[in-house]
Amino acid sequence: MTSGRTNGQGLKGHVRKNGLIFIILLVGLGLTLLRFTCGIGAVTNLSDRNPWGFWMAFDLLCGIAVSAGGFAVASAYYIFGFKQFHVYVRAALTTAFLGYFFEVIALLYEVGQPWRLVYPFFLSQGTTSVLFLVGLCVALYLTVLSCELLPALFERLDRKKAWETAVRLAAPLAVIGAVVAVVHQSSLGSLYLIVPSKMHPLWYSRFMPLFFLLSSLFAGLSMVVVEGRLAHKFMRGFMDDRHARDADRAVLACGRGAYLFMLGYFVIRCMELAAGGNLRYLFSGYGVWFLLELVGGVALPAFMYFIGVRSGRLRLIQRAAIIAVLGVMLNRFNVGLVAFNYNLPPAERYFPSWMEVAISVFLVTLLVIAYRCICSGVPILRTHENYGEEIREKSPARGSKSNSSDVKR
Amino acid sequence: MNRRNFLSLASAGIVAAASPVNCRTAAAEGHPEAAGVLHDSTLCIGCRSCEAACQSVNAAVLPKPENYRIPEKPFYDRSVLAAKRRTDFQRFTVVNRYDVENRRPVHRKFQCNHCMEPACASACFVKALYKTPEGPVLYRPELCVGCRYCMVACPFYVPTYDYGNAWNPLIYKCTMCAPRLASGELPGCVSQCPEKALIFGKRSELLKIARDRVREFPEKYVKHIYGEHEAGGTCWLYLSPVPHKLLDQPEVGNEPVSRLTSGILESAGTTAGILSVLLGAVCFFGRRRRNGAAEIDGAGASGGEAHKGVFQSGKEGGQ
Repeated sequence: MTSGRTNGQGLKGHVRKNGLIFIILLVGLGLTLLRFTCGIGAVTNLSDRNPWGFWMAFDLLCGIAVSAGGFAVASAYYIFGFKQFHVYVRAALTTAFLGYFFEVIALLYEVGQPWRLVYPFFLSQGTTSVLFLVGLCVALYLTVLSCELLPALFERLDRKKAWETAVRLAAPLAVIGAVVAVVHQSSLGSLYLIVPSKMHPLWYSRFMPLFFLLSSLFAGLSMVVVEGRLAHKFMRGFMDDRHARDADRAVLACGRGAYLFMLGYFVIRCMELAAGGNLRYLFSGYGVWFLLELVGGVALPAFMYFIGVRSGRLRLIQRAAIIAVLGVMLNRFNVGLVAFNYNLPPAERYFPSWMEVAISVFLVTLLVIAYRCICSGVPILRTHENYGEEIREKSPARGSKSNSSDVKR
Repeated sequence: MNRRNFLSLASAGIVAAASPVNCRTAAAEGHPEAAGVLHDSTLCIGCRSCEAACQSVNAAVLPKPENYRIPEKPFYDRSVLAAKRRTDFQRFTVVNRYDVENRRPVHRKFQCNHCMEPACASACFVKALYKTPEGPVLYRPELCVGCRYCMVACPFYVPTYDYGNAWNPLIYKCTMCAPRLASGELPGCVSQCPEKALIFGKRSELLKIARDRVREFPEKYVKHIYGEHEAGGTCWLYLSPVPHKLLDQPEVGNEPVSRLTSGILESAGTTAGILSVLLGAVCFFGRRRRNGAAEIDGAGASGGEAHKGVFQSGKEGGQ
């Protein structure tokens, strides 16, 4: 993550001052040019036996998993009424939107003929393919996310009428978004159901859709905590005091939620391991790696969350969140790169080229820059003074959330 | 969310759940007339005539980049057999030699197996790959987006990709010479096989021939026709004197892999529908209950800050 280099200054000065970002962008642009003039083969190590590589694992599997924070927080707040999440709702929705948006950008690099990406929707619907479902969900959820962010945009543009309509739609949109995101997260796991003979039995399971869904939930919640911490550190200028103050409660709530999902995930994976008769594989190299993923990437952060939530130690929760995010990313890399094609001879296995990694770093950098730009212009980490004020005058605290009744009066 | 919103959402969910989506590939059992090829590796001498024939038939459709390299050695040169080769975007078939202990080397031909229920076709999200009732699994290049999920899905690692092409990269794989079959000719490779190691015919009849051979010469063949059941059955069938695994023919199981995802896909609409109704109900009734509670508490609920919506919060702090 390059956000660590940002320090609350204007974008231009920031780029001028920060050589690393400048280099990343320059290299990224050069490699983009290379990718689109000389083909995928010029920048990747992909082959006929390894058609999906680093981009698939990192940009798509990891990116979408950590973007799950948007629907997790929005559902907790709007559907289940956990008010503690309030302060993170817009931030999580914004990062989810950017995550999905940059997934689409990454797809333009990843597929051979990106200008045909509309074909599955309009020309020839391959309804037998999980990838069709995935594509449908990406398109739908990106639309829902942009609608969910409209209130913030209308505040910025000062469009009162449009803002009221958008606010009224928040809860229904949260429901639709949750449904689409659940289907999408699980269908990413279903993608790999079709390769039983190519994937290591420790990772291949018919419950992969469930694993992907559960792990995305705690990855998303953990990512919200990590992002909150980073924003607090590097983007304090775009944040109002109220946001900064309420964040602690939200961190606790995220930690509690993530802990519960991790517990469920851990138990189900252990049961599947035993029920599938795969315990014997634990005593191989893959087994050690698997244990590292499951114990180091899930059990350890879950334990840290548990202690942290119990004793209210925020730093511990934040550390747990970092490990949890890395743990889920490790899982996605294992499914996409390590366990996949495990039976090929070593010479035919895939290892990413530096250019693939550089393009991914380039896209993440763009994402962080985009997030900063949005937060500086649009009220994401703060409350818009006019809108906040007006509402407060018009509606005495009535315990109702963002529904229309308050706004109308 | 008010009642009307909830109801409209619920009905949308039900419609989504009920909408009919065909998630299965054309039933393979429905292709009794499918043609295929039987490769008897006890007869194959690795002469590469099939490779040469394939190249001459398909040269027109295969891309020839600047560093065009097929054949890197003439087709009569058998020294290439020393290394294991695979098909790529410049060749639809190769023959490999397998040195097995205590016997003379075995040769095995590699190309698309033309599955009865092809994983590639079920994985394609634009239906660019499809199974024909005549047997061949064919490709419509004008639809292909280049997602390469077919390559991921194929248990035999058959589809290949033209990674070096920026403007029109496509999937390349054997077509079983479908245009030749349509005009009554044999597939190129079969027509040029000097040893009759390749036999073209109806799959059901080829299976009979293969079974007869195994029964008649049990000492000559392993008792396994590769392709009879693999991945739900393939149009290409293989007889071998040694276990097929030694010939790089993977153990892929007998279930058509497309069936592993069709159930998920069929239930996706239902799941989404039920989930939207459930979540809508939780949202709607939960909100009513909470609102009611707040009203009883009185207008001056001090927890107002926490109760206020994310989009309606009061001004505090500021920049």
